[in-house]
Amino acid sequence: MSMNEIHPMDKLIRADRMPHIWCSGCGLGTNFTCYLTAMEKSGLDLDKCVIVSGIGCTGRIPGYTNIDSFHTTHGRAIPFALGLKLANPELTVTVFSGDGDLFAIGGNHFIHAARRNVDINIICVNNFNYGMTGGQFGPTTPLDAITTTSPYGNYEHPFNLVDLAAASGAVYVARWTSIHVRRLTKSIQEALLKKGFTFIEIISPCPTNYGRRNKLGDGLDEMKYYREHSIIKHGINPKEADLSFNGEIVVGKFVDIDKPTFLDNQPDMSQMSVNNKK
Amino acid sequence: MNLSEPQNKDISKPPDYWRKPLDIEKYKIPHGTVHIIIERCKGCEFCIEFCPQKVFEVSDEFNSKGYHPPKIVCHDKCVNCKLCELICPEFAIYITEDEPMNII
Repeated sequence: MSMNEIHPMDKLIRADRMPHIWCSGCGLGTNFTCYLTAMEKSGLDLDKCVIVSGIGCTGRIPGYTNIDSFHTTHGRAIPFALGLKLANPELTVTVFSGDGDLFAIGGNHFIHAARRNVDINIICVNNFNYGMTGGQFGPTTPLDAITTTSPYGNYEHPFNLVDLAAASGAVYVARWTSIHVRRLTKSIQEALLKKGFTFIEIISPCPTNYGRRNKLGDGLDEMKYYREHSIIKHGINPKEADLSFNGEIVVGKFVDIDKPTFLDNQPDMSQMSVNNKK
Repeated sequence: MNLSEPQNKDISKPPDYWRKPLDIEKYKIPHGTVHIIIERCKGCEFCIEFCPQKVFEVSDEFNSKGYHPPKIVCHDKCVNCKLCELICPEFAIYITEDEPMNII
């Protein structure tokens, strides 16, 4: 048995809870490693880093992270993170959750947090379906994709998450897949150090539900597909980065702007009300 | 030498120089030791497919969960890039840095 061996990442994960629940071939473990590596490289004080998630397979990530972490109710990760940040502005707050949690039940919270430009980081793992509950179609399932609740093909138009984030006012918008480990790590590192509402979408394989029903093979085949069909286009209009079923995946950093955050603007407003009273 | 020919990418073999470059002592090839925590592996084969030096191969052995963990086929090829450490979803592979190797 080699269970007692120490992995260098074991100080950042709750090693006693390993192995995690994610399926063989799932990209979540890779995304999680990228996040931990980025956090370590960014040089942030780990006592001042917080990770929040909602419900779902991706929602398990805070449970495995050995920093202050919160597993909130379904869809309410962003309001919780927003409260944390406003109550204690020293914290670096990251929301690590899935597409179903952030954009289906939590869609309204996302657009309004982006509009206010609160200084939180959103990492959304997009696997195109509700993986944990059995593979139903959700707001990101591409047209014609087969899921348990769309056995003849999905006929609803999906969200383009990067466009939604950019249009709502996010200052940093990027999309990567699970295979782009180094670029993803660098991107998360940039987002952690960036002031304002940042959004990173990670396209990730779901071999058990989405991949199996759409005959995409196992996790390794999906990863190979990402390697062959993703095109890096930095700085393009996120409108052009639409995802289609089995089409090419446009990845890259689409938006990187500077804008005063919610907390930057707040003192000015209070000053104005004091002046008005005089 | 015809430049259009594919270059010899296998760094475990020394490149063919028509003379020894004068500054060859200055350049070293990084080298690492691969450690696999077999009991954590779930057999996704990401490391085997994506290792740029093809250090891994599927082994015939099983771990206690019934997966085939990777085995190291050519340890000398590892250049300490740590891609396997980053891409392994199970925290089952890590690399420790070794003394860099000479090119020739």
